[in-house]
Amino acid sequence: MDIRGKSCIAGIYEHPTRKAPDRSLAQLHAEVAAGALADAGLSFSDVDSFYCAGDAPGLGGMSMAEYMGLKLRHIDTTETGGSSYVIHVNHAAAMIAAGKTDVALITLAGRPRSEGMATGTAPRIYDANAPDVGFEAPYGPTVVNMYAMAAMRHMHEFGTTSEQLAWIKVAASTHAQYNEHAMLRDVVTVEDVVNSPMISDPLHRLDCCVISDGGGAIVMTTPEIAKSLGRPIVKYLGGGETIKHLDAGNVDLTYTGARHSGAAAFEESGVKHADIKYASIYDSFTITVLETIEDLGFCEKGQGGKFVSDGNLISGVGKLPFNTDGGGLCNNHPANRGGMTKVLEAVRQVRGEAHPKVQVPNCNIALAHGTGGSIGTRMGSATVIIGQEDA
Amino acid sequence: MPQADYIHPPVNPETKEFWDAAKDHKFLVPRCPDTGKHLWFPRRVSPFTGKTNVEYVPGKGTGVVYTYSVMRRTASPYCIAYVTLDEGPTIMTNIVNVDYDAVKIGMKVKVTFKDLNDEAALPLFEPA
Repeated sequence: MDIRGKSCIAGIYEHPTRKAPDRSLAQLHAEVAAGALADAGLSFSDVDSFYCAGDAPGLGGMSMAEYMGLKLRHIDTTETGGSSYVIHVNHAAAMIAAGKTDVALITLAGRPRSEGMATGTAPRIYDANAPDVGFEAPYGPTVVNMYAMAAMRHMHEFGTTSEQLAWIKVAASTHAQYNEHAMLRDVVTVEDVVNSPMISDPLHRLDCCVISDGGGAIVMTTPEIAKSLGRPIVKYLGGGETIKHLDAGNVDLTYTGARHSGAAAFEESGVKHADIKYASIYDSFTITVLETIEDLGFCEKGQGGKFVSDGNLISGVGKLPFNTDGGGLCNNHPANRGGMTKVLEAVRQVRGEAHPKVQVPNCNIALAHGTGGSIGTRMGSATVIIGQEDA
Repeated sequence: MPQADYIHPPVNPETKEFWDAAKDHKFLVPRCPDTGKHLWFPRRVSPFTGKTNVEYVPGKGTGVVYTYSVMRRTASPYCIAYVTLDEGPTIMTNIVNVDYDAVKIGMKVKVTFKDLNDEAALPLFEPA
């Protein structure tokens, strides 16, 4: 079944909060849902399918469907960590094309900051029944040191440097200065990044994303309904997803699942790399961006360090403007899951509704990529390509 | 933190043989008998054949560092690593009994055991 162009993103919303001690988790989900529906010109009663992941309170989507009074004929609670919402876009696109739903709602929310979570530096057993856990948790894997081991190996094999990684943060901060909601709005230099405290070799404090409360939501629908709503059309062009893991001990941390999800998205959309005017790239850490850009095919494997340097990711300066909202590195990483905000900024770019200082001219085609789990162990990778009506 | 206060591995019916051997400071490596390939992490069902016949065989306990990172932002810094065993699989571990600044990719290492209590011991790696 060809699903290219058979669905549209009609509504988006990013919660303005970055710290929400005054709101419950369920309330955040409902507020972002209402926000995205209002953006589309729709309401809770129009929704007939709901997509959420492990950040939603209650069992699967049941509690939030009840809270919002949704009447559903399709449900999908695929959980791949931070990339879940990019996968949800892909799944909703297929289900809309198949006629199984007309209005799909995708939500994400969380409050790790209010809950005082040591997101990146505290080892924890997430599930004692996970088959890997006994052979990993005792060794102190944290979010940071797992990504750090990928960076260390990439540096070893390809000569990638901390200064090159730092350029990714420099680009994100250059964009974040224009985002009034961004947590970190100060523009930083390469020197600022490499001179910031070492967290886990070779990743410095400024190689790491923010920890924030908040959330976001997406509404998808049929092209016919989208046209009736009067908002700029953002068409679904193609997507891909995979799970990359340690492969029974055949470990290679220098690439990500983007190698597969990206190729699938380009094939389904028929889009060429040169056609991509803007890319939202998951940026839990600088190394996540660098490996993903290589794996998506924007440069040869191993050349990512050179590619991201000298402002090549800065809007108006470089060849591949990325994360013009400031990304997870500077703006927002709600619930420690950045896939949602990646899609949201790509939609703003295609609509022409990004901040004027970072809006890419004639941004008719954009890409968003999510990475969930860890590039140091096992990850869910998902890519989506979207475009304007004539794309 | 791992050096001072290790999280104890959960033991289940599938992994009990591995951990029982570890308690005696014996390092076992899973092997698929049909393909002859070693694999990691320990499991009974072979990802290569789908058969429930993976056996845990004595490992040499030697390998080289594939990658590593020293966690600095903690009261007690530690070195997490992946080590490629001579048998083939690459496994997560800690590098211990070493100056962390001297750890390098490609460094030869060998297994050592840390007794967590009377009931459990954890395989770790140190310079060979």
